Amino acid sequence: MRTTVSMSNSKAMDAVRARRRRVMGQTAGLGVVHIVLIVGAIFMVLPFIWMLLTSFKDQSEVFTYTFQLLPSRINLDGYREVWNKIPFARMYVNSFIVAISVTLCQLVTSALAGYAFARLDFPGRDVVFMIYLSAMMIPHQATVIPSFLLVRKLNMVDRYSSLILPFAAGPFGAFMLRQFFMSMPRSLEEAAIIDGCSRFGVLRSVVLPLCKPAMVTLGLFQFMFSWNSFMWPLIVTNKMSMRTLQVGLALLRAEISTEWPMLMAATVMATIPILVAFLAAQRQFIESIAFTGLKY
Amino acid sequence: MNTCRARLHSEERKTALIALLPSLVVFALFTVYPIIYSLYLSFFDCSLLGGARTFVGLGNYAKMFGSADFKVSMANTVKYAIGTVPIGATLSMLAAVLLNQKIRGRGFYRVAYFMPVVTSMVAVAIVWTWMFDPYYGLFNALLERIGIDGPAWLADPRWSLPAVIILGIWKNLGYNMVIFLAGLQDVPAEYYESADIDGAGAWHKFRYVTMPLMRGSIGFVLIMSTIKSFQVFGQVYVMTGGGPMNSTMVLVYYIYRQAFEFYRSGYASAVAWFLFAVILVLTMFQKKLLKAEN
Repeated sequence: MRTTVSMSNSKAMDAVRARRRRVMGQTAGLGVVHIVLIVGAIFMVLPFIWMLLTSFKDQSEVFTYTFQLLPSRINLDGYREVWNKIPFARMYVNSFIVAISVTLCQLVTSALAGYAFARLDFPGRDVVFMIYLSAMMIPHQATVIPSFLLVRKLNMVDRYSSLILPFAAGPFGAFMLRQFFMSMPRSLEEAAIIDGCSRFGVLRSVVLPLCKPAMVTLGLFQFMFSWNSFMWPLIVTNKMSMRTLQVGLALLRAEISTEWPMLMAATVMATIPILVAFLAAQRQFIESIAFTGLKY
Repeated sequence: MNTCRARLHSEERKTALIALLPSLVVFALFTVYPIIYSLYLSFFDCSLLGGARTFVGLGNYAKMFGSADFKVSMANTVKYAIGTVPIGATLSMLAAVLLNQKIRGRGFYRVAYFMPVVTSMVAVAIVWTWMFDPYYGLFNALLERIGIDGPAWLADPRWSLPAVIILGIWKNLGYNMVIFLAGLQDVPAEYYESADIDGAGAWHKFRYVTMPLMRGSIGFVLIMSTIKSFQVFGQVYVMTGGGPMNSTMVLVYYIYRQAFEFYRSGYASAVAWFLFAVILVLTMFQKKLLKAEN
């Protein structure tokens, strides 16, 4: 206070001017920030818009030298014809069956494993957990050959089991749910145990209802992961009727390399479930992916 | 009393075993067994289709390091990493710093930047193939407007890898941004306030406050992106098939072709183990970095 009073008049004016300059600089800075962000956003979204616009064009419109961004009219031929070109409907169903099964299996196995690692007392728990967790650094691509040989030996090629079983459990989900379980107070569970509830009963009726957000986050992550996976389904399926959407798309691209409206229509349809889920639950999606960056 | 506790204990062990069983079975079948078995296979000359196996010792590894195609794939993978990692990290850091302020439309920007992360690589690779079309694609149409005669992109051996790199940067930017945003949240606001009092400009604040405190996140993003660069497959499969003239042949695609197109499962396993070793070293490096951090 004293220093303000003793400050000379001109000094105070200088300070005011400096602050005004800073505020103005900030406003100008904010404009620059928005311009940078908008340019970035256009770069990020443009491929999606281009995909959508192309899917509505007709074949001749795509191959004109005079570039036009918008289709002259909404043409849905691509959306109609792709179903005859490849068993698109069947692939759609396959992708849904596989992704939903993987997600449900993951939720069950991750909840069980996560609970065991978080709450149950057994010898070597922390060692087992560390080993399981360190498996995350083994790249899928390095194990793909013996995994395929195993699947073939078990007669699982071209079966849903080959697409589901290898991803029915995993360290990521167990780790994620363990973290959530550990952050919960033990008191509720203890009360239920004293009431004579078994551990599985506690998990099902006390712990899991409190973990819905975590389960939703994990479920979305696994669904996305399974829906988008490509290399493994490519390897373990041969019959067209057992292919998933991603494999179907890649094969369609190889087969009809220039029919862009149809290809874009197929891509739009294959992407829509994930984009809709993402737009509906952005926070959970972003959270689940941020979780992969957690330091452990 | 004691027997009661002992019984409770054994009960708990049994529960734990049942709870862990499904996860451990999948883990044993599809991670532990394959990684060991692929090491075993790498010492044999054998076919994916079956038939006789001949022990060749380190022969496959020797063949690998002598193979021109392997060297090209390794070089391309390293080039891909060099092309995507620093630029990708810089751009996503920029986006994160800009979005870490109270500005309008923050939610919109976040969704826009994150959209490529949730979409499948196959789908976006098809879209980008179309955008890179030399005659009718979006890029060359836009370049033409500003008087540039665009390259043939995926059809030109000099431009095919850069095109794949551009897609890689675009696809991962949102992921890195989210990691950086989480890191930025941990930087105490008081640090910036005291920097403000010292009259520090935006760059100074970034360089001397943000950067040092974000070392952990930056290290994570750099190493994770490098690991991801070594696993590139989908975009190469869809966009180029490794061509033209091997210009986009990368390590995982090379493994895939050796194993599932030429059926050389022994040789491909050796390359797969090499890939595993590279990723192991990178992960160890990251762990060490994290330890130093703490």
